[in-house]
Amino acid sequence: MATSTVPGPGAPATLVGKAAFEVDDRLIVAGPVRRTLNKVFPDHWSFLLGEIALYSFIMLLLSGTYLTFFYDASMKEIVYEGSYSALRGIEMSAAYESTLDISFDVRGGLFIRQMHHWAALLFVASIVVHLLRIFFTGAYRRPRETNWFIGVGLLVLAMLEGFAGYTLPDDLLSGTGLRIFSAVFLSIPVIGTWVYFTVFGGDFPGELIIGRLYILHVLIIPAVLLALIALHLLILVKQKHTQFPGAGRTEHNVVGNRLFPTFAAKATGLLFIVFGVLAALGGLVQINPIWQMGPYNPSQVSAGSQPDWYIGFVDGGSRIMPPWEIDLWGYHIPPVLWGALGIPGIMFSLLAFYPIIERKLTGDTASHHLLQRPRDVPVRTSLGAMAITAYLVLFISGGNDVVADKFDISLNAMTWAGRIGFLILPPIVYWATYRLCLGLEQHDREVLEHGIETGVIRRLPSGEFIEVHQPLGPVDEHGHGMLAYGGASVPKKMNQVGGARRAIRGFFKPIEEPAAVQREAEQEARGLESEQARRQLTGSGRPSEGGRPSEGGRPSEGGKPQQEPRA
Amino acid sequence: MTTTDPRPGSTGGADEPGQLHGGPDDDYSPEQLAAMDRTELDRLGARLDGVEILHVEPVAPIGSALDKKNTRLVTLWFALAGLLSLAFVVVFLGSGWFLPSWEWRIESGTWQSLYTPLLGATMGGALIAVGVALVLYVKKLLPHETAVQDKHDGSHFDRVTTGATLMGGLDNSGLPRRKLLVGVLGVMSLAFGAMLVSLLGGFIKNPNKGNPLGTTPWAEGVRLLRDDGTPIRPGDQQPGSLATVFPAVEGGDRAYDAAVMLIRLRPEQIESLVPAAGREDFGVGDYVAYSKVCTHAGCPVSLYEQETSRILCPCHQSQFDVTQGARPVFGPATRSLPQLPISVDEEGYFVARGDFPEPIGPSFWNIGRLN
Repeated sequence: MATSTVPGPGAPATLVGKAAFEVDDRLIVAGPVRRTLNKVFPDHWSFLLGEIALYSFIMLLLSGTYLTFFYDASMKEIVYEGSYSALRGIEMSAAYESTLDISFDVRGGLFIRQMHHWAALLFVASIVVHLLRIFFTGAYRRPRETNWFIGVGLLVLAMLEGFAGYTLPDDLLSGTGLRIFSAVFLSIPVIGTWVYFTVFGGDFPGELIIGRLYILHVLIIPAVLLALIALHLLILVKQKHTQFPGAGRTEHNVVGNRLFPTFAAKATGLLFIVFGVLAALGGLVQINPIWQMGPYNPSQVSAGSQPDWYIGFVDGGSRIMPPWEIDLWGYHIPPVLWGALGIPGIMFSLLAFYPIIERKLTGDTASHHLLQRPRDVPVRTSLGAMAITAYLVLFISGGNDVVADKFDISLNAMTWAGRIGFLILPPIVYWATYRLCLGLEQHDREVLEHGIETGVIRRLPSGEFIEVHQPLGPVDEHGHGMLAYGGASVPKKMNQVGGARRAIRGFFKPIEEPAAVQREAEQEARGLESEQARRQLTGSGRPSEGGRPSEGGRPSEGGKPQQEPRA
Repeated sequence: MTTTDPRPGSTGGADEPGQLHGGPDDDYSPEQLAAMDRTELDRLGARLDGVEILHVEPVAPIGSALDKKNTRLVTLWFALAGLLSLAFVVVFLGSGWFLPSWEWRIESGTWQSLYTPLLGATMGGALIAVGVALVLYVKKLLPHETAVQDKHDGSHFDRVTTGATLMGGLDNSGLPRRKLLVGVLGVMSLAFGAMLVSLLGGFIKNPNKGNPLGTTPWAEGVRLLRDDGTPIRPGDQQPGSLATVFPAVEGGDRAYDAAVMLIRLRPEQIESLVPAAGREDFGVGDYVAYSKVCTHAGCPVSLYEQETSRILCPCHQSQFDVTQGARPVFGPATRSLPQLPISVDEEGYFVARGDFPEPIGPSFWNIGRLN
């Protein structure tokens, strides 16, 4: 073949080069690989939230696979004779026994089990935070509605997956949760009892449910999750990332780092850190100590029973729902339906269809690749804050017995607080957020028009005191800034525009010498501080007007030399 | 252009590339490429992918004090990761070998309690150290490059040509003309789908066969047993106390619908007792028995506050008043806890006089219509 003999110039000389040539000669991958390596990723911390979810999922697959080698999804009743002496001689299911064995008789088993549980909590949490970032910046707008829809589906599936996994140990806590779930099935109008008998293969609890949840948990839901995640990422790569507005950023480009090596190294670093945090949590922070609960027994329950955090709001909805049962000639619709299915159903439907609702209401059907700052879309931001408030009220109500116990409040008062709070807090938060957005918008405009407050107070010859303002750009004849707001963050402090040395680092107390920071700023080739150094060298002793803040917003002083009158 | 090779004995393929080959290889000869240095080639390839390198902020020059300091920092983090990984291996495998056994028992000591935390600390530490080292590598040792990539909108050309191909194929198939074929195909698809879906029928169980939701193991003459299997007689319990009892039938103590609370009322509770209509004789003396399954979501109602005569369900905080026929007085529950009619048999032990008069547990659609 003509192509197997390498033409003279550019022929690979090194061993790696030759190997790469051999591979490409067979697979023709050099072009796609180069395109992948050159792909540009925007650089912003909030873009890493989705990655945390992805890495938690990988951790779930790895640790979960490990656990399947030891877990026995059987509801066969046996008498425990294992090494945890407090439970010896007690009847329990094989599922519960094998989970005890993972915790006490498998070397490192408890570590992996706890890591798996923590990863599940982080998985759902990072999906939620990622979703909030997408929501508040408007990243779901056309052309990304499909990916938003897939994302909401992933959230719901992740919660179901978590619930199924939580139930597998068949301990007292998870069994109680399953019992409540069975009541939710029963509450469905018309077909409720049929659904209930179909799910459990007969009356609760039956002998099938753990095996069914197991296959859902380890095969069916993960397979769907994996397929949807792959689709989510494929669409993301195809559509390219959104980005925040900024210098050089347009609707038609992406500014950032190329995949190789910068982004790849950062993403790998984040993967290791997420894994590391999960491993540390799995070893150091106990979670779901099932041996303290004991095996499931339908006649027992422990006080203060709490589900995993992401089911809490469903529980809260059931707790604050008033006892309203609809009775239609002997056919009943119980209140469980509204609390446990109605509220989450409405919530996830609104969430899933929000891009379409917004498009209908605003009439904005254009494609958007630049993100919005939450303050610039007050209605959406306020709706989001309102939804979060309603969610938090439900979430806190899900643990209202714990709150009542720890803070010594009446339990009934907590329930009433949840009922009233669910109705009146969201509108209040809507109003407050709306005002906050308008205020922030207004301040941006004000800084653009009048400049940054320098903190320098000057006395005019007339005796009047004024604060000197630093305009951000050219000013018109009235001294007003001529820059228009472009959707990007407006600098509001002098050190953000190089007009002062940067802030000294340190969260609780300074971790560097202010003098060293000053020296560093003076050595830099830009900013006022370098001017300062030059001035000190020339020894004039008086700041000249070079780089000195002008008096934006003081048109009458605009043309005058900015020298203070000497005494 | 022909796709067949006319030469005798040929299988039909030509040995020359087709005329539509094209691509950047036509624009850049190997000689031209060989004359470029690596940076130029990198930029050239990037430009072909719609990427422009706007700005590269170089790192500290190799060999400078800052470079050495940064290299040392990254190296240290990687070394720390290695050390912690080794520590994990030592703790994990060394236990029970040259270290004390890892197997935790209630009576065992500090090492066993520290085993899992040590695994977490070492593995977590190692993974975090690798992550930190990588991030520091990017921040301190890699040049900071700012690149910009073009975003392409949909191409009108692609849409028109793809549409033509699709519609041409559909037209060639003749489906739009062959109405009967399409009609049969539609009906067949429905039947085919129904065939696949009908397999799910294997899951379905009839909840109305034998009235499982309306009946429990309780029946006339079934004794009330404690969880240790012993029967109870009047006077065994203190006034104001509650005992969970089960029916004396096979598996009665594990049935989800059988648990009953046997409550002995205090004298002042009896004074304020308001039994449900028609159930004045369900109790025996100062004893009443109610289903333990909450009528809201099916949890066992467990917390009895005898001062207020209230039973609280710990799941959703429904509260029932035992002096008023276990009527719900707070929370989301809507129905009273069903009362079990009890009496005392000839040996003096508590027995049921029959099953509950209504279904126990959470409400469902046809709960008011069960026989």
